[in-house]
Amino acid sequence: MTVEIVKPGLATTIQDAGRPGYYNVGIPLSGALDQYSFRCANLLVGNDENAAVIECTLLAPELLFNVSAIVAVTGADATPRVNGSPMPRNESFAVKAGDKLSFDFMRLGARGYVAIAGGIDVPVILGSRSTYGLGAFGGFQGRKLAVGDKLPIGKASNTAKAGRKLTADLAMPLPKETELRVLPGLYFHRITDASADNFFADTWAVAPEADRIGYRYKQGRPLQWRERKQPFGAGSDPSNIVDAGYPYGSIQVPGGVEPIILHRDAVSGGGYAMIGTIISADMDKIAQMQPNYKARFVRVDMDQALAARGDYKARMDRVRKALA
Amino acid sequence: MAAATARYSFGADEHVFVEFSEDMSLESFFKGMAITDALAKRKVPGVTEICPANASYLVRFDPDVIHPNEMLKVLQQIERDVGTAELEVATRIIEVPVLYNDPWTHETLMRFRERHQDPKSTDLEYSARVNNYPTVDAFIDAHAGSPWFVSMVGFVAGLPFLFQMVERSKQIETPKYLRPRTDTPKLTIGHGGCFGCIYSVRGAGGYQMYGVTPAPIFDPAQKLPYLREFMCFFKPGDIVKYRKIDRAEYDRMTAQVEAGTFDLRIRPVSFSLKQFLADPAGYNKKLEETLHDR
Repeated sequence: MTVEIVKPGLATTIQDAGRPGYYNVGIPLSGALDQYSFRCANLLVGNDENAAVIECTLLAPELLFNVSAIVAVTGADATPRVNGSPMPRNESFAVKAGDKLSFDFMRLGARGYVAIAGGIDVPVILGSRSTYGLGAFGGFQGRKLAVGDKLPIGKASNTAKAGRKLTADLAMPLPKETELRVLPGLYFHRITDASADNFFADTWAVAPEADRIGYRYKQGRPLQWRERKQPFGAGSDPSNIVDAGYPYGSIQVPGGVEPIILHRDAVSGGGYAMIGTIISADMDKIAQMQPNYKARFVRVDMDQALAARGDYKARMDRVRKALA
Repeated sequence: MAAATARYSFGADEHVFVEFSEDMSLESFFKGMAITDALAKRKVPGVTEICPANASYLVRFDPDVIHPNEMLKVLQQIERDVGTAELEVATRIIEVPVLYNDPWTHETLMRFRERHQDPKSTDLEYSARVNNYPTVDAFIDAHAGSPWFVSMVGFVAGLPFLFQMVERSKQIETPKYLRPRTDTPKLTIGHGGCFGCIYSVRGAGGYQMYGVTPAPIFDPAQKLPYLREFMCFFKPGDIVKYRKIDRAEYDRMTAQVEAGTFDLRIRPVSFSLKQFLADPAGYNKKLEETLHDR
């Protein structure tokens, strides 16, 4: 009951809904970066929506099935192929023991999710099967998947079947340009009004340094900080603060140059001022941004953030109903 | 004590960030400890993470369970309740053996010399000089001479930030590397700004490097006795006292770590901020007596 890694892809890991509760000792949430696509993939194969899946990044892996299984692929637009024949995305299909599952290049989006009926049955550590790379635990032996790894597969539910389909309107959108909504705050008061305006006016491009820890953006104008005497313990750069906790989605701007948005494998704290936080409803969008995709940051207030959260949840509920 | 009102700010719809002061101080740290302890005890539904830091803290919550404004009210109420209460904590003091000036951090610092503000000195030589110590040995004696508070755990799993328990004028202060290194040996004793740290895992880092400890402080396999309870050893509020060891003792301890027989000297202690501030040197001496059962 295993699936074997023939080619590992670029950064392929086992992820689930994540590991909350240990951020106070520096162990981050982890879990699928695009939670929406992750849940869709599980629901398509009749899994509990929090079951562990394979997360693929930019270059997907090649898998050899040692067992027959029901599979679904969601997220980034990379055509799955079974023994070379194209298969649908956002729809469950059957593979037989001995079949090879490979993928074309990702035309759009940055993360694909492969759910297998029964889930990837790696050990649960601190309540989750997710991989935490910096801590070298969770997932498959605490690391990215490598050639020859054999992933244990759990027992499929009796609702697993081929041909279950997500309608196009419910699939994850994969735009090359997007708006990311920001609630200003934290150390927002440290940048000048003109810099704040520029930050929201400029178009930012994803830099090559974009991974599960954080996404770096470039091409906008540098930020100016308000003059002050640096507080004791903060460090000498005006973008430095006394080391503090970093919210998920918080935007830090080391040296005022390139904003970094922390994602689910975040470093839990540090000494760079954060100028605001991406709202929870927009975190999945970041996961689907390839290097050079463009973003504009849009200022919102708490009511708008909560309304967007409500919309996100309503959409998720529609998926649950549609795939029940 | 002048209890300045904390600054509250939302980190989007799932976090509240609370800052007691812009500068680092033990008063701010203790206030954060007292409030986060009280919050944990209340078991507020919807709260998923409570993260004390140096002079601030962070709470993550589920806004579907508790509205952000309600969350804010709970935290502000706890701040008022804790108010000017005696800042006392029941904690533990731990002796951490350190091989200062070791070959591994030395090799690493030489490899990244062009990222340092003084490429011609070692990190220890540079730090001794900018802190007005006549020799590296005198600097090491000061580093190992006083206890340190664990004021935050994080960045990566189990990494403690440490705040030296001496008057501000005596605190070691050093800049971080001009550009961060891409490598730091695991269990390096580092220092940047006014904070010390122990690198729990190998990886990137920007702090000056002074030595290594043979004692693992993070281990998902939880092999050593003091890691059996949890894979991360340190908690905010812990007190650390470094002890200088030589290479022979380092090698002996490393062999014990491999064999799974190594343990740390740990003693329970109750810490009073008021008494400490009244006489830091005298108070530290008492802490050390507790550590050594004297």
